[in-house]
Amino acid sequence: MGGLGNHSLELTGLAGDPASPVHRLDPRAKILGLVAVTLVAVSTPLEAWPVFGACALVLACVATAGRVSGRDVWRRVRFLLPLVLLAALFLPFVRSGGRTYDLGPLTAHQAGLEVFGAVAIKATIGTVSAVLLGATTTFPTVLRGLEAMRVPRLLVMIAAFMYRYLFVIVEETGRMRAALAARAYRPRTALHAGALGRVSTAMFLRTYARGERVYHAMLARGYHGRMPQLAPLVLRRPDVLFVALVLAAILPLRVATGVGA
Amino acid sequence: MSCAIHAVELVYRYPNGHPALVGIDLHVRHGERVAVLGPNGAGKTTLMLHLNGLMTGSGALEVAGVDVGPKTLPELRRRVGLVFQDPDDQLFMPTVEEDVAFGPLNMGLEPDAARARVSEALGAVRMEAAAERAPHQLSMGERRRVAIATVLAMRPSLLVLDEPSANLDPRARRELLEVLTRIDRTMLVTTHDLPLAAELCERAVILARGRVVADGACREILGNEELLRANDLELPAGFDLDRVALRPRPAAVIEALRTPPLAAPAGFSS
Repeated sequence: MGGLGNHSLELTGLAGDPASPVHRLDPRAKILGLVAVTLVAVSTPLEAWPVFGACALVLACVATAGRVSGRDVWRRVRFLLPLVLLAALFLPFVRSGGRTYDLGPLTAHQAGLEVFGAVAIKATIGTVSAVLLGATTTFPTVLRGLEAMRVPRLLVMIAAFMYRYLFVIVEETGRMRAALAARAYRPRTALHAGALGRVSTAMFLRTYARGERVYHAMLARGYHGRMPQLAPLVLRRPDVLFVALVLAAILPLRVATGVGA
Repeated sequence: MSCAIHAVELVYRYPNGHPALVGIDLHVRHGERVAVLGPNGAGKTTLMLHLNGLMTGSGALEVAGVDVGPKTLPELRRRVGLVFQDPDDQLFMPTVEEDVAFGPLNMGLEPDAARARVSEALGAVRMEAAAERAPHQLSMGERRRVAIATVLAMRPSLLVLDEPSANLDPRARRELLEVLTRIDRTMLVTTHDLPLAAELCERAVILARGRVVADGACREILGNEELLRANDLELPAGFDLDRVALRPRPAAVIEALRTPPLAAPAGFSS
């Protein structure tokens, strides 16, 4: 059934020292602090580059305090960042202005490159923030934080079930792929994709039936429309201090460099 | 509190008209352990879902002292613990602790009391160390035991288990059997695992095509080869029923079983 570690989803777990002060912070403090870093970075124009420096410094401090190694951060960032950057890749070639650089059939423009650079920096800071949140906070804890921050319960519940059953579905998909491969299924042309369609249908039906069984299991234990909470979150002094420090490190600098992106 | 089941002429048809239960008559005494045997499609799971009011057919049904009906559902679900066949259906919360606390919190317990129930229930299935873990990090046997803890935490008087030993390796099965032996509740166990039934239950019921076709001492039923064959059941090859002892029951249960059988309550003239 696959324990932890031999999973394709192992990168979703904690990294660093689970007993570190960062790991032990209230999830709301981490969500607030790291979202603040992301928002400040996104709203900063390229000319105000010291703000990016401050954001990077904050992230480096969080990683160090949580004993999350650069390698751990990189292993997670490298999956996310290319997806984020893909959208910005065409910018140097369509946004004209300034000097031009000939790259064979394509021409890159100075202005476009600058915008691309700004987007890349912002995307990196945002991605590393998210990765650090994920590396220092378990997903269920993030969800509890979001719920305590008044994110609609229904959305939090959907995310919670998605997280719980993602692993089950990944395992099921793996078994189906093995079953296809065991009967010499090696798609070569688009015509062979039909089998994959049927696999998706089977997956959908299985998931749907499971949904019904899970709902039965919930009713059987007295579910009546509200997810019960075991431990209400309590904000403590270190949590407040963390948010204050993060904001103190980036906000004054951001305000000093003016408004507008 | 009565933990008995009294079912009289229980009938259920699926929405497509296919009959699942065709007049079930079943009376279970407080403290009894009853194995519900039968081939796939015999109606075992449907019967199980009826005991918790998740499906409602026609006929009379009283479970754990509660007349099954829309008004009694919360009380019924508090008294009847249902353990589903696939623990992945039963364990839907992100962590084991939250999952085991789900039932007690729904019953209106305060978080502290619920947490006490969690450690009590996880202790009963020897899974105390797993409280903080996520269900997908557990082995199949561990998931099954946690699934049992999720209903034990509600302190039900009747425990209903659907195929508890399915998909378990021999060691996990043995551990499960040890855990089940120590639970002093009335128990209804649907299973294809006849040796498990022989070790755990003193009584067996065979269900076929939505009907009770045999009801008696587990040993007698399992020893009746013809009866088993007629209902697509069989003991493992070479299995010697005489070499398997029924596991001893907790003292409280033995005491309860000494009392004479409960008379069917008024309205249950069968």
